[in-house]
Amino acid sequence: MAISLKVNGVSRSVTADPDTPLLWVLRDELQLTGSKFGCGMGLCGACTVLADGQAIRSCSTALSAAAGKKITTIEGLSPNGTHPLQRAWDEENVAQCGYCQTGQIMSAAALLIKNHAPTDADIDAAMDGNICRCGTYQRVRKAIHRAAGEVSR
Amino acid sequence: MSIVKVDRRDFVKLAGAGSAGLVIGLRWPSSMKASGNPANALGTYVEIGADNDVTIYVPHTEMGQGVRTSLPMIVAEELDADWGRVKVKQTDLDARFGDQGTGGSGSVQSRWMELRKAGATARAMLVGAAASQWGVDAKDCTVAKGVIRHGQRQVPFGAVAEAAAKLPVPKEVALKDPSNFTIVGRKANRVDNPDIARGKAQYGIDVRVQGMLYASVERSPVFGGKPVSFDSAKAKAIPGVRHVVQIDSFQTDLPWSGVAVVADSTWAAMKGRKALDVKWNEGSRANESSTAMRTAMVEALAKPDATRYRNRGDVDAALAAAAKKVEAQYEVPFLAHATMEPQNATVYVSGDGAEVWAPTQAPGSVAGSIARILKINREKIKVHVTLLGGGFGRRFNSDPVIEAALISKSTGAPVHVQWTREDDLTHDFYRPASMHKLVGALDGDGKLVAISHRMALPSVRAYYRGPAGENLHEARGLDEINELVPNTRGEFVLIDSGVPRGWWRAVGASANGFIIQSFLDEMAHAAGKDPIEFQLALLGHGLVIPSGSKDEAEYPFRGDRVRKVIETVREKSGWGTPLPAGRARGFAWLYDALTPCAEVAEVSLRKDGTPRVHRVVAAVDCGIAVNPDGVAAQIEGGILFGLTAALKGKITVANGRVEQSNFHDYEMLRMSDMPAVEVHIVPSRELPTGTGEPPVPPIAPAVTNALFALTGKRVRSLPIDPKELRKAEG
Repeated sequence: MAISLKVNGVSRSVTADPDTPLLWVLRDELQLTGSKFGCGMGLCGACTVLADGQAIRSCSTALSAAAGKKITTIEGLSPNGTHPLQRAWDEENVAQCGYCQTGQIMSAAALLIKNHAPTDADIDAAMDGNICRCGTYQRVRKAIHRAAGEVSR
Repeated sequence: MSIVKVDRRDFVKLAGAGSAGLVIGLRWPSSMKASGNPANALGTYVEIGADNDVTIYVPHTEMGQGVRTSLPMIVAEELDADWGRVKVKQTDLDARFGDQGTGGSGSVQSRWMELRKAGATARAMLVGAAASQWGVDAKDCTVAKGVIRHGQRQVPFGAVAEAAAKLPVPKEVALKDPSNFTIVGRKANRVDNPDIARGKAQYGIDVRVQGMLYASVERSPVFGGKPVSFDSAKAKAIPGVRHVVQIDSFQTDLPWSGVAVVADSTWAAMKGRKALDVKWNEGSRANESSTAMRTAMVEALAKPDATRYRNRGDVDAALAAAAKKVEAQYEVPFLAHATMEPQNATVYVSGDGAEVWAPTQAPGSVAGSIARILKINREKIKVHVTLLGGGFGRRFNSDPVIEAALISKSTGAPVHVQWTREDDLTHDFYRPASMHKLVGALDGDGKLVAISHRMALPSVRAYYRGPAGENLHEARGLDEINELVPNTRGEFVLIDSGVPRGWWRAVGASANGFIIQSFLDEMAHAAGKDPIEFQLALLGHGLVIPSGSKDEAEYPFRGDRVRKVIETVREKSGWGTPLPAGRARGFAWLYDALTPCAEVAEVSLRKDGTPRVHRVVAAVDCGIAVNPDGVAAQIEGGILFGLTAALKGKITVANGRVEQSNFHDYEMLRMSDMPAVEVHIVPSRELPTGTGEPPVPPIAPAVTNALFALTGKRVRSLPIDPKELRKAEG
């Protein structure tokens, strides 16, 4: 039975079982591979997407729970990939291997929706669910501050 | 400017594949001439199209260390290309580039001269073509940003690329004086940034091949175990599951047997796998445990017999004559790599060949393993290297690729094997656990005159070659420091273990940095000296130690360069200046992968005894820093990588199984744990050396030495145990 899912502003009909984690629906069925698999338990944040503007871990959110919500993935964060966070990530050379960075950006995007001038403590609180094994945290923080400056202008 | 012969591995121009232009590649080894197709542009370093596009090919793996940016920068520099118009492409496995292994912090260091020559050769030919069209001397032409000029005349590369391709390859080319570099030595943004930030970067997990099936493998929880029975029917009852395939282990290439469930989607494969209900013959390692291993290590260190791998001076006499002796026992645990991208690979075995898409650090050994195990001609195996979601040494092992190849062969379809995090942490090739006993001697002036160092461990090399082949790989990071002390002895005892071992970022130095730099801190305190002064005194002045390896003859250990690095970190960290109450500094350095790196950590203790690292100041001398911002990123990241191990990292084994399974019990440091890291790159015109590994070893001892300064408690076991520190604080 097909389930209707609204992803990046488009309604998509998907055939996966309702218990399938949203992440695998996005990656395997909708070919949106920007969201990454890291732990499968919501411990690392690599799979972070937005559901109605809130950061969620798509690896541990069942398709049935995501249906009816507006899902935004990294591919739909901005029309041409020029969201202030995406530009700041380039300018600060945040990424090393880059694997966790789409999840980092989506968590940061959720933060900036609520808070246009986050402090370091706000950033720590919002980003502590996102692991970066390469150790780019210092640059993630700088890039969020840089992007926040643009969002608030 | 220097003139260099284009010798060793000469460049040749290759006829452009269809498009007119200049292509500079490597000469085909004679063995390849028969089968190779010289019209294939792949395998070249640089390609200049009639449309002015400069394409630079990268023969190494990008795993976060920035080679897809730094290596092309070197070519573009000597070419005088417009960096903004350079396109970067990944080279598939190609015999002309060797095995294309990426590790040991060696990509920039090993390719430096070859890449410069490639750029300079292409430049010389383009200038030659322009000069001949203008009827002027090539020497009077200048080049900047892809445009050749003579007087009022100018021409872009693309307009002369076709003519340049008709010229002979010069026998000698001029290389720039580093003071004239305009690309190398300046900050460049990473070429993959835009794709990464838009979710378009292609990792191994993102490979999609027509008709591809997804596989998830249940592996023996005990190393060396074999499946006895499993329920294929139950797995196949899950919608989307197509096949169930038993996989047999193959020596150390594929140490695990298992059962694969192959399905139309990742999730169906994972669900099918849960339904398998595999019964195992756990084999001979079912009783192995970390506790028993620790006992064996203690016993081994106490026994008189050990294999001596180094002996300099007369340690026994120096110890007997010592004014003061210090004895200490150190230990470190097994560690997993925990790359953010769990292991995976995609393989299509068809006809008499195979095609591989894999996040691998070792495309050459991928091809070699598949050829050996599946009995396929190596030349019929194509290997495409994707981006890696972290490598750290884990992706030197080809096990996921072999699994995918076996399953593809059995099912006849292209197969993507996807590991879970649990698979990844419980079936790694681990950094070995080890225990070390050190004895040091001071003379009457407080000078360090002897070190005896004995270690007990299940070594990496003994895992692959058997104990007889071991001459101790894990001494890495100790050699240079041992040369600074007149009497030194190194010994090892191998501990038997079925736990697979592998190369973890900085390899032996990841443990030895902690051990030797903690011990030297102990010796400095025993001598009543400032730890930095104590180590500078060991270095002396003007010391040069020739490299032990022929390949690295141009890279002697130079004490004065190390001294400069240490003095830089001392100054920049404010060593010796007051700190807020409850904070202390610690210092450590190490020479690893030809690069000295020194670090000072500022540490305090939380009420529960957990250390808080506030600030780390690092100094490094990596010769010419090709992309200084990239070097800084490697140091920042290496510090966090080493700090994670120091504060959290521990893999334990019980009943033959790894006990940790995901990030709740194999924890990673997070944003709020990140210290402020400041990186100081010592300016240098020397040959570039690597920076991926050198920042890792010094951070643990910098932190534990700071903890000693703060609490008086010496940490001799990693990860740091907050309970012990809380006791010290009373």
